[in-house]
Amino acid sequence: MSQMLKQTPSQTVGPYFAYAWTPELYGRRPLATNRLATRDMPGEHIRIEGTVHDGEGQIVRDCVVEIWQAGADGRHAPGAAGFGRCGTDDQGRYFFDTVKPGACDEGHAPHIAVAVFARGMLSHAFTRLHFSDETAANAADPVLATVPADRRDTLIAKRAEVPGGVVYRFDIHIQGERETVFFDC
Amino acid sequence: MDTVVHETEGDFGPRDWAQHPPYLSPLYKSTVLRSPRKPLIPMKQGLSVRSGPVFGQDSLDPLDHDLTKNGRVNGEPIGERMIVTGRVLDESGRPVPHTLLEIWQANACGRYVHRWDQHDAPLDPNFFGAGRCLTDAEGRYRFTTIKPGAYPWGNHHNAWRPAHIHFSLFGPSFLTRLVTQMYFPGDPLLPLDPIYNGVPEGARELLVSRFSIDVTEPVWALGYEFDIVLRGRQATPMEG
Repeated sequence: MSQMLKQTPSQTVGPYFAYAWTPELYGRRPLATNRLATRDMPGEHIRIEGTVHDGEGQIVRDCVVEIWQAGADGRHAPGAAGFGRCGTDDQGRYFFDTVKPGACDEGHAPHIAVAVFARGMLSHAFTRLHFSDETAANAADPVLATVPADRRDTLIAKRAEVPGGVVYRFDIHIQGERETVFFDC
Repeated sequence: MDTVVHETEGDFGPRDWAQHPPYLSPLYKSTVLRSPRKPLIPMKQGLSVRSGPVFGQDSLDPLDHDLTKNGRVNGEPIGERMIVTGRVLDESGRPVPHTLLEIWQANACGRYVHRWDQHDAPLDPNFFGAGRCLTDAEGRYRFTTIKPGAYPWGNHHNAWRPAHIHFSLFGPSFLTRLVTQMYFPGDPLLPLDPIYNGVPEGARELLVSRFSIDVTEPVWALGYEFDIVLRGRQATPMEG
């Protein structure tokens, strides 16, 4: 048995990451953006949007939300929607333009993996976004089943059909009464 | 970005909370309202998180690894030129090849390019302070940059951040994502810094780079080594 190395500890992104992580404003090429869908990408084109709040309900404007998802067929493949990154704006808002993923794990409801980074978070937090119109699949989802019933709602993005298209609202509460469920995974 | 999936067999070992800082670390005041307080819910790893994005050479510009060159406007950046290099490994000591690192940092005076940074220290027109690179087949990465300066912050009276470089890594999975900070050996601000000291004792020392005369290039730049260990796959029991 070889000696195991210890994991390098996490540290906060701090307040000054935007010029490196979302550098369009600084005239630089970003690694990834919040627009995952190309015009001709198969699947239902959706916007996911929300606001990030702290433990007093105040908006968090130095937060980054990262997502990782399958395409509409449930597969992770080149050219499919995949990884997205969005910093919160001056109102604490973020959004992603993407396609609704198909289920990629047997028996699981369609969902998107989410990581939350912010000034004041020494370690990032993992959560996952489910879709409000997937009632039956959500009811059978083995991960949602492990979440206390009164907190499950924090993981369900609410669908709305607006003139511009389909929007799912997914607010993130880092702390507080409506604290988003975060996972150890 | 190439959205290609790495080999996805096998669960990753858990995040080692004896190594990582807890969400609530009251001496770092911003954690007080930004720390999840309800217990994390254990989640079995499915394909949706065992997989992860892969970034290739097409995500990089030719000067991304050289911060002394990628922000030049009319000359060279001011400050102490340095090389930072190391290996990205998993917990079993296996290299993590072809994985993307992002770094960002203050300039030699302790000032960030970020529009919110109002510290009364000069911006350097020739230093942007952000870079990217990929590890090679042996998990090795290398940046050339300028040694960052310390800077004051508002956490408490006379608070100063020790000089540091922010690192962001992806690894083979969404679960291996890591954001951290690299510090410098012997920095007198380290014992006073609530962000560094938010990490458990015995683990925080892993965030301090080593000066290396072997990495140092004669008549050119000082060398520092900083290895990074990401979560690894759990050993799978042999059948039969």
